[in-house]
Amino acid sequence: MTINEIQEEIVEEFSAFDEWMDKYSYLIEIGNDLEGFKDEWRLEQNLIEGCQSKVWVHAELDNDKIIYSADSDAIITKGIIALLIRVLSGRTPDEILNTELSFVEEIGLKDHLSPTRSNGLLSMMKQMRLYAVAFKAKMGQ
Amino acid sequence: MNINIEQIRKDFPILQEKVHGKPLVYFDNAATTHKPQVVIDAVSEVYQKYNSNIHRGVHHLSNVCTQAHENARIKVQQFINATHSHEIIFTRGTTESINLLASSFSDTFLKEGDEVLVSQLEHHSNIVPWQLLEKRKGIKLRYIPINERGELILDNIDELINSRTKLVSIAHISNALGTINPIKEIIEIAHSKDIPVLIDGAQSVQHLEVDVQELDCDFYVFSGHKLYAPTGIGVLYGKEAWLNIMEPYQGGGEMIKTVSFEGTTFNELPFKFEAGTPDFSGSVGLGAAIDYVLSIGLDNIAQYEHELLEYATEKLSAIPNIRFFGTAKEKTSVISFLIGDIHPFDMGTMLDKMGIAVRTGHHCAQPLMQYYNIPGTIRASFAIYNTKEEIDQLVNGIERVAQLFG
Ligand SMILES: Cc1ncc(COP(=O)(O)O)c(C=O)c1O
Repeated sequence: MTINEIQEEIVEEFSAFDEWMDKYSYLIEIGNDLEGFKDEWRLEQNLIEGCQSKVWVHAELDNDKIIYSADSDAIITKGIIALLIRVLSGRTPDEILNTELSFVEEIGLKDHLSPTRSNGLLSMMKQMRLYAVAFKAKMGQ
Repeated sequence: MNINIEQIRKDFPILQEKVHGKPLVYFDNAATTHKPQVVIDAVSEVYQKYNSNIHRGVHHLSNVCTQAHENARIKVQQFINATHSHEIIFTRGTTESINLLASSFSDTFLKEGDEVLVSQLEHHSNIVPWQLLEKRKGIKLRYIPINERGELILDNIDELINSRTKLVSIAHISNALGTINPIKEIIEIAHSKDIPVLIDGAQSVQHLEVDVQELDCDFYVFSGHKLYAPTGIGVLYGKEAWLNIMEPYQGGGEMIKTVSFEGTTFNELPFKFEAGTPDFSGSVGLGAAIDYVLSIGLDNIAQYEHELLEYATEKLSAIPNIRFFGTAKEKTSVISFLIGDIHPFDMGTMLDKMGIAVRTGHHCAQPLMQYYNIPGTIRASFAIYNTKEEIDQLVNGIERVAQLFG
């Protein structure tokens, strides 16, 4: 599936929820299920300190694809992270850099990624892009 | 009790607003309170009827505006029972008042090795200005520790207030926990050693009667916006004797008597500390807010809010795995808590979706959070327009969220 197909898939899934409560239950569920962030990555340099919740991001290259891992101390934040990882992880830097993350707005979570939210998610998204830029530069060498 | 909550709620237009399609339940009053219509009207009247720069004009509007601004000063004076109206300095808020003092007081009275004493439960605005002086002047900041209940431990106060101490600066009431500190006792101890005391009253004037002469504090500061007044206006009360011997804070218009390139003489109190055009619409709004609060009566407010506190404490206590932070015997209508290991951000986000506004996080009191070894709390803080029904909704909301988190 392309990145955009995954975005559409997520939008589709979320369209099944009529109640905000169901949407958040789902975020909590996938937040709880998000695994794979190794303790050795829990470093100061990987930490994005939001005022409300903390986010850790790690990225590494697997051949030409970027594998993202992330974690947060707040579950809703973690749920949104899980969605971002589902869309962006395992993609090439070019794919990542050429993608508009339109699904966030379409499933009504844009609020959580606004600069005033101070939950670390916006900085995390920027950080994910920065990794893509950096890996792209490295691969071009 | 002779207050009519239904009527009071009608005085606050914002309470009719809906949040995410639900009626607003506003429990973030320790951060800022809403404004009654009389305050909103007073501010708009300034701009509609007599806006003009004050103190300098000979024309009619300037006189009316000056009069309104100075009347507000007298209202503040009477509100906290200061001896003189020129002991009331208008500032932007508590933060600016403390910074003003940190700057002007330290110019004359602080040198390397001197100590300023605060407490472990201070708001950052009563910590950081003094830390800046640690850097600039080499003073030392010390603090009175607290116990598990969030009360100050005064056992070592004689060592903490010593010959190096030059100022004691303590919150009257903790914003994060609601603890009412024994400031009268602290002031007496400090004064017995000739040390002045600054009281941060940001969380007090809206909840209980403050009499600065009775307290005998040397400085008392607060913000208008937590007292149903507009944002951007605040107060520094200082005893005349102190204010007279302190250096000005900022330079500019208003605060001078004569200016020449050979030298400048400063204006008298209070203008010496009020450089530039003051926030005269804010001061008028503050005056109107004080009138409003007094029309309800601080005794009535204290009694009603205490009822809300007791009700909420009882109802919340029934929630499994709740942990309260701040269980002092003397406290105002602030409840800080955590539910199991649910992150405050998650709880706050979910409650918001139900139209319930609480504050989550460290409440600008990180040293206090470090003491409890938690990242933050969920804080519900009540004001005069809150109701028991709203508290029921909060409890209900928390239970729903707790279920979701299993
Ligand atoms: C105890 C205390 N001190 C100081 C402040 C700072 O007030 P302001 O932001 O209005 O300057 C607050 C406000 O949160 C407070 O609660």
